[in-house]
Amino acid sequence: MAPVVHLQQAVALIGRFPALAGVDLDVDAGEVVLLRGPNGAGKTTLLRACAGLVPVVSGTATVLGCDLVADRGAVRRRVGLLGHATHLDDDLSVTENVDFWSQAAGATRADGRAALERLEVATRLYDLPVRALSAGQRRRVSLAAVLARRPELWLLDEPHAGLDAAGRDVVDGLMAEAASVGATVLFASHELDRAEAVARRTVVIAGGAVQDDEVGEGHDG
Amino acid sequence: MAEAVTAPGTLRTVLSDARLVAAKDLRLELRSRVGISQVLPFALLVVLLFAFALDPDRRVLGAATPGLYWMVVLFSSVLAVGRSFGVEAEDGVLDGLRLSGLSPAGIYLGKVGALLVELLVLDLVLALAVVVFYGTDISGPVLLAAVVGTATVGIAAAGGAYGGLTARMRGRDTLLPLLLLPLLAPVLIGGTRGVEVALGRDAGPGWPWVGLLGIFALVYLTLGTLMFRPLLEDA
Repeated sequence: MAPVVHLQQAVALIGRFPALAGVDLDVDAGEVVLLRGPNGAGKTTLLRACAGLVPVVSGTATVLGCDLVADRGAVRRRVGLLGHATHLDDDLSVTENVDFWSQAAGATRADGRAALERLEVATRLYDLPVRALSAGQRRRVSLAAVLARRPELWLLDEPHAGLDAAGRDVVDGLMAEAASVGATVLFASHELDRAEAVARRTVVIAGGAVQDDEVGEGHDG
Repeated sequence: MAEAVTAPGTLRTVLSDARLVAAKDLRLELRSRVGISQVLPFALLVVLLFAFALDPDRRVLGAATPGLYWMVVLFSSVLAVGRSFGVEAEDGVLDGLRLSGLSPAGIYLGKVGALLVELLVLDLVLALAVVVFYGTDISGPVLLAAVVGTATVGIAAAGGAYGGLTARMRGRDTLLPLLLLPLLAPVLIGGTRGVEVALGRDAGPGWPWVGLLGIFALVYLTLGTLMFRPLLEDA
């Protein structure tokens, strides 16, 4: 079976700076892969490139069978990206935000509600504008919007950031569940103890390229 | 999930996406009340200031009313367009839209639809303000409604395209009027001439101006629909 993510000497530019300078990486379906590396290593750019948001200008880049060099737009509806931004409208309520992103992805409001419940977002918060939420609560709502899409490839940038202990456990469970149903998870984290317990494989990124690729004992589908 | 999602690009999908985006934008406007509490008062203030400036000679004010009306509409529209796309630039919402699976044409038409509703409300309030503050008589209300309606479609269509282009640019607040206002010069000319006829200031035919404004609107809408995908990528 073809890998879900196949990058070969992939180069991506941020302005004129080569944020990815020849990445080689294959990720199979059902894998949970941790990306680690220092700040500025290229982890975020790699995740955004896999989501089709950052153009890959040379090399080979195929995600979920879509050629990112030829048409990076085709893969977007099949991935779920949680970046540093939450993609939420401050003035809309929690449910209005999740409803919108769910329906935009072809999911239903019921999918959105189920995702909010899975992320353990308190029902008393549902009708509040997102601007009234704490950073951790916003993160949970944003993750719920991703979950409602039921993506084939999860791309999570610092998914534990801003979450309390219970929230971090929920995220870990979510990644394991995604892998168990055949989805693939690629996530970047600096919380290595927790992240390495979740991921069976750790890819070390530095200078915009893969420096090391280690297999551990975390989850796989 | 991907199998369950309708393929983008079909007319039905585009219209469905447009409805979803328009509903979201209008809901956002109702919640934030920026239009009602900031854009509308700004527009009314400018109408009032023009009245103060030109009041000593009512003939000048009367003659200039159609042009002044459209100048206020255009300046206020720039604010409304900037606001409409400014909220998308906050907290990565624009990236969310690119990832959403919504068709770019649907996103564009949805933004234009919401803008159109907001601008028509603005048009109506401004028209009432002009009648009250400038003592204007409307001799051709049907023509006036047609001129204002078609011109506003053009403004919303052009605003939707340039709003998308400048959404994530640095200095977008100053760049947007620089790009948008020259593009709207034909709407200003056509709208002013049409309103002059509707107010009885010009005895010429008014409906050809409506036709001309309709052509502008159609051109802007078509170009915006076709170009929004690359605009969204470059934004």
